[in-house]
Amino acid sequence: MTKRPHHLLTIADLSPESIANILETAKSFITPEGKIQKTTDLAGKTVANVFFEPSTRTRTTFEIAAKKLSADILNFNAQVSSTSKGESLLDTICNLQAMYCDMFIIRHNDSGAAHFVAQHLPPQTPIINAGDGRHAHPTQALLDMFTIQKCKGAFTDLRVAIVGDILHSRVARSQIYALHALGVPEIRVVAPKTLLPTEISEMGVHIYYDLLQGIRDVDVIMLLRLQRERMQHALLPSENEYFQQYGLTTERLQIAKTDAIVMHPGPINRGVEISSSVADGPQSVILQQVSNGIAVRMAVLKLAMAGEL
Amino acid sequence: MKVSIINGLLINPSEHTPRKETLYIADKKIIDANTNTFTADLTIDAQGAWVCPGLIELAAHLGEPGFEYKTTIAQETTAAIKRGITTLCYPPNTSPVIDKAEIAESIHRRALKNRQARVVTLGALTKDLAGTQLSAMAALKQAGCAGVSNAKQPITDTQVLYNALAYAATFNLKVFLFANDAYLTQGRCVHDGSISTRLGLAGIPSCAETIAVARALALQKATGVALHLCRLSCADSVELIKMAQQQGQNVTADVAIHQLYLTELDVEEFNTAYHVQPPLRTLADQQALIAGVQSGVITAICADHEPHESAAKLQPFPSSTPGISGLDTLLALTIGLQNKLTLSPNQLISLVTSKPASILGLPQGTLDIGAPADICIVNPETRWMLSKENMFSAGKNSPFFCWPLQGQVQTTIVDGEVKFSGDD
Repeated sequence: MTKRPHHLLTIADLSPESIANILETAKSFITPEGKIQKTTDLAGKTVANVFFEPSTRTRTTFEIAAKKLSADILNFNAQVSSTSKGESLLDTICNLQAMYCDMFIIRHNDSGAAHFVAQHLPPQTPIINAGDGRHAHPTQALLDMFTIQKCKGAFTDLRVAIVGDILHSRVARSQIYALHALGVPEIRVVAPKTLLPTEISEMGVHIYYDLLQGIRDVDVIMLLRLQRERMQHALLPSENEYFQQYGLTTERLQIAKTDAIVMHPGPINRGVEISSSVADGPQSVILQQVSNGIAVRMAVLKLAMAGEL
Repeated sequence: MKVSIINGLLINPSEHTPRKETLYIADKKIIDANTNTFTADLTIDAQGAWVCPGLIELAAHLGEPGFEYKTTIAQETTAAIKRGITTLCYPPNTSPVIDKAEIAESIHRRALKNRQARVVTLGALTKDLAGTQLSAMAALKQAGCAGVSNAKQPITDTQVLYNALAYAATFNLKVFLFANDAYLTQGRCVHDGSISTRLGLAGIPSCAETIAVARALALQKATGVALHLCRLSCADSVELIKMAQQQGQNVTADVAIHQLYLTELDVEEFNTAYHVQPPLRTLADQQALIAGVQSGVITAICADHEPHESAAKLQPFPSSTPGISGLDTLLALTIGLQNKLTLSPNQLISLVTSKPASILGLPQGTLDIGAPADICIVNPETRWMLSKENMFSAGKNSPFFCWPLQGQVQTTIVDGEVKFSGDD
């Protein structure tokens, strides 16, 4: 665990105390009526959203979070930028820094991209990993933990199942670290063998190939999105077979605890990993995750700038 | 020029133990003489030093033609000499590829002009290393290539590989094959295991190598070609080759020296210095590779020298270029293997001298009477550390900075002529 008080690169870097502090700080931004306060914590600061992968939801919530903290936000969309002209990641970042950006939120399709940027900028420049390849998506995991805490209270009695394409998922990896740090005693991964990373059990999870066994009596089901490319790369035969074997329907949901919550980082594929009735049903907290994401990201930005992560 | 090297400990790979003895050189060769009748033009005092054959590197990329922005033949052959390496074997993945006689000849000429380390080339097994058509192997042999190779480009078409091996065998050309399954390797950058899982990096499973090794061994059996398997990385490959050798198949193998020191655990924090092909694997694989060197299943060791410009490594891990600049550390790391292997100094030094020489069919690599006078005089106890400033290769992509290294070159001789003296 490396001490990087200005950076959020991976959940693995955070102590349980740091995570608890982030969740507490997030809570402090929510009014009793359930609204998000506006503060001046980042007034005068320029935050750069540097996204090399397409994203609407994550980028928008970071933008809203930064604005709620009174920061100025700069959106750098690499698809239409000099990257397509062949500029290296390092040159892009150094150029942005030369333009007096105070903080970088980075999403890139290479695992380790955020670490790479952190190696080449001064340690006091806050860097927030908004998703690097398959490696990590720490703010997603944090808002997931915030959501679980709000719905379930304590972590120490929970059974949690993560269902879907674990192999390609930065969300799953970060969630596993976060759940461990918060003391969740049983973490399960549910997927066909082609979508499970090698030796995943060494991350401290129980492996299930069967959905019904995997979600039996669990308190939390975290679903992952299935990407269409997985069929093209001979990892799965069809979306239909995936839904038949791993799709969460109302009927299957009954195998879990009666008050189990259903989560998904979004965007959801109705009829693939989740049925509409579950997505729109009473046990789904998917939209709450989105709202919670604002407060959690505000907390991360505030603490990163202050060097208190 | 007549040279005598006195007071040194002779490490002759064809002998069992070191011995204190004067080495005599005349007319570019090691000769039999005695102190009374020999009048040296130059006497070198090798007190406290090992007198070894000059090292022979099985795989060194020298930048030309096509990659001059990384380095040049002049730069790397000079760097080699300063680190006791007197012969470099250049794989064919230049641009254009060494698939025509004139490209091989131009490289040989350039190296000769520089008069530093010798350079032998490997011709391409297929045209442009594309794996679809045979290259003009007979012409390449006539141009002086020591063998043919696929560099690190997988050949997917089994029929083409079969024919390429058979054709090479026709002309008694040894095939230097880097065995890797294309489909299980492409787009991936580390060993497929717990580290790749944790870091979310696409992993290359061990079977990517063993599948290709098994296929190569079967084709060797069918064609009778002299086969050398390059850069082993996993335990199962060693097992397969051991069985093949026991059954009398004509197959040798090498390992890159960094595989004997590093594992997948070193990739933590996405340090691109550890991005290599084949990838660093598990501790168990490393132990099997070391055992393979100890037993002789793995015939020789090399640096697998791939010097890069700094931008190549200044990228997120998956986008960075694999490769280690290894000439500067080959000798010191070989001497350091005394901690990992139970071998005499002679056997140890043979791994980077006589064994590569026999693989390449070269007369160097020995201190026998009549051999070419390529000599490396090294102080085996001198401790030093590698830094960007004291590195001689143009490629500074090494994972061994700040490592405690042992063994520094005092003098390097090629063809009886002193090319490097530590006093410079």
